[in-house]
Amino acid sequence: MLKDLLKRDVIELKVECKDWKEAIRKGTQNLIDKGFIEESYTEAIFESFKENGPYMVIGPGIVLAHARPEDGVNQLCMSLTTLKEGINFGNKTNDPVKLIITFGAIDNKSHLEALSQLMELFMNDNDINKIISSTTKDDVLDIIYKYSK
Amino acid sequence: MKKILVCCSTGLGSSFMIEMNIKKVLNELGIKGIEVSHSDLSSASASGADIFVGTRDIANNLKPLGDTILLNNMIDMNELRDKLTLMLKGKGMI
Repeated sequence: MLKDLLKRDVIELKVECKDWKEAIRKGTQNLIDKGFIEESYTEAIFESFKENGPYMVIGPGIVLAHARPEDGVNQLCMSLTTLKEGINFGNKTNDPVKLIITFGAIDNKSHLEALSQLMELFMNDNDINKIISSTTKDDVLDIIYKYSK
Repeated sequence: MKKILVCCSTGLGSSFMIEMNIKKVLNELGIKGIEVSHSDLSSASASGADIFVGTRDIANNLKPLGDTILLNNMIDMNELRDKLTLMLKGKGMI
């Protein structure tokens, strides 16, 4: 369930950063501090951007930052970070980014339910905009609960 | 049985999400009998799929494999619906 992964302590709102790499680090640092992923995971995400381009900017303003389980994931996890100012990731169609969802999968199935709930959220512009403009975690959690059925 | 394979670099995130949307579109159009699955790029050529779907960034990896649908925006249902309908009509599947 989405709400089991996106709990209060993995949500950070209106974060400031200078460039896309710093933005990605904000998303991963929280999970690294909790031991859910290793430092190597952040590097793996950067590698992926380098090799594949900014495909992780999956929709207008949204980045789904992830790499593979073997890149350093200790347990299934997700974090949600909103940025104070939009940052460009080099994706002409979908820049600038204001919402970063970082996730770590441990195999190729356990995350699918949460991911499909996340997908429903991504397709709702209103709720995405509400999350991006939220200043309180409670508001964000309310929206997440809505999609965790 | 016709087969659609959705690919992405990791084979665990975006490809699954697009697979979900394709199934929704096929349902809307009332099309049955098409298998949809997802994988990473390395498993794509051995899959025996008839149609490959992915985002624009992997265009060069998918095109040599067969018929491809490339998406600019993976959460845009309209783009997917239009491109999928066009492809299926072209193949006489609708």
